[in-house]
Amino acid sequence: MHELAVTEEIIKTVLEASGGRKVKTIEIVIGDLSSFIDESIRFYFGLLTKETSLEEADLLFKRIPVKLRCYNCQKEFKPDETLLCPYCNNLGGDIIQGREFYIESIEVEDEDRDNKEHFRCQ
Amino acid sequence: MKIEIIKNILDANDQVAVLNREFFDDLKVFTINIMSSPGAGKTSFILETISRLDSPSAVIEGDVASSIDSEKMAEFGIPVVQINTGGNCHLDAPMIREAIKKLSLNGVRYLFIENIGNLICPASFDLGEHIRVAISSVPEGDDKPYKYPGLFSKVEVVILNKIDLMPYVNFDPDRFRKGIIGINRNAKIFPLSCKTKEGIEAWIDWLKSENPYK
Repeated sequence: MHELAVTEEIIKTVLEASGGRKVKTIEIVIGDLSSFIDESIRFYFGLLTKETSLEEADLLFKRIPVKLRCYNCQKEFKPDETLLCPYCNNLGGDIIQGREFYIESIEVEDEDRDNKEHFRCQ
Repeated sequence: MKIEIIKNILDANDQVAVLNREFFDDLKVFTINIMSSPGAGKTSFILETISRLDSPSAVIEGDVASSIDSEKMAEFGIPVVQINTGGNCHLDAPMIREAIKKLSLNGVRYLFIENIGNLICPASFDLGEHIRVAISSVPEGDDKPYKYPGLFSKVEVVILNKIDLMPYVNFDPDRFRKGIIGINRNAKIFPLSCKTKEGIEAWIDWLKSENPYK
């Protein structure tokens, strides 16, 4: 449900950045510790962008797994359910990856090509 | 043509959260965001806590619907404002900004925000609070920190409530503790029971010691 509000934020940001040009792709980075679901964002995005310059944009989600830095040996590891470090068997670590939630980039239609296409149509 | 953006999607919320925190600091109101699943005991925990504090407190109640909890607070004479999110699964900073307009916080030294009962979404939204508290109750099981690391890794305090029920359910306190410490070694964990009052004093002493405005 909370994807509705964040999808509105995504659309607002992309509209500003694209300056009215047609958007082809939007790359979104989501860490596994953040609570956002790709499919839910995609669903609201489809509903909210009908008949806009974002209508045909593809959403590309880059999922980032959780990574800890061991409290004891400082080595980085992807935790399993035990949360034990695979190198020294100590419990847990500081979270160094997995909380991401940002728009990385967008791809918009090239203005020159748009103009040419426009010219051709005439 | 590719355009680099790198923009945190929750920026708009986080900016309002900064304003909220400044507002609370100006008024010297120590603000605590309480998060848990439905039925973990948020309301009774807040009531029990307020009854033991020697400074004035207020409450913002978040619920999808109803004013049951805020009526309970009002019965005890506690200043309270209700937010009904109408289906939304969490409180966000703009909702708090609106709510504090309806609450007189002059002289109040503790503000408790009772978030929507949900272990997932509330963790993502900074409200401008000073402390985040997660409540988990014994009947929910000892696996909650492992299943909801997003929340348990982001709080300063974990309350393990309903410890009086420990003899009746399979609950391994050590497994529960390891699930928290493994991702959040600075978390304070307070096992307690709002029914028998066991363990409450330790939480109250800690809370008072943390409040710079008391």
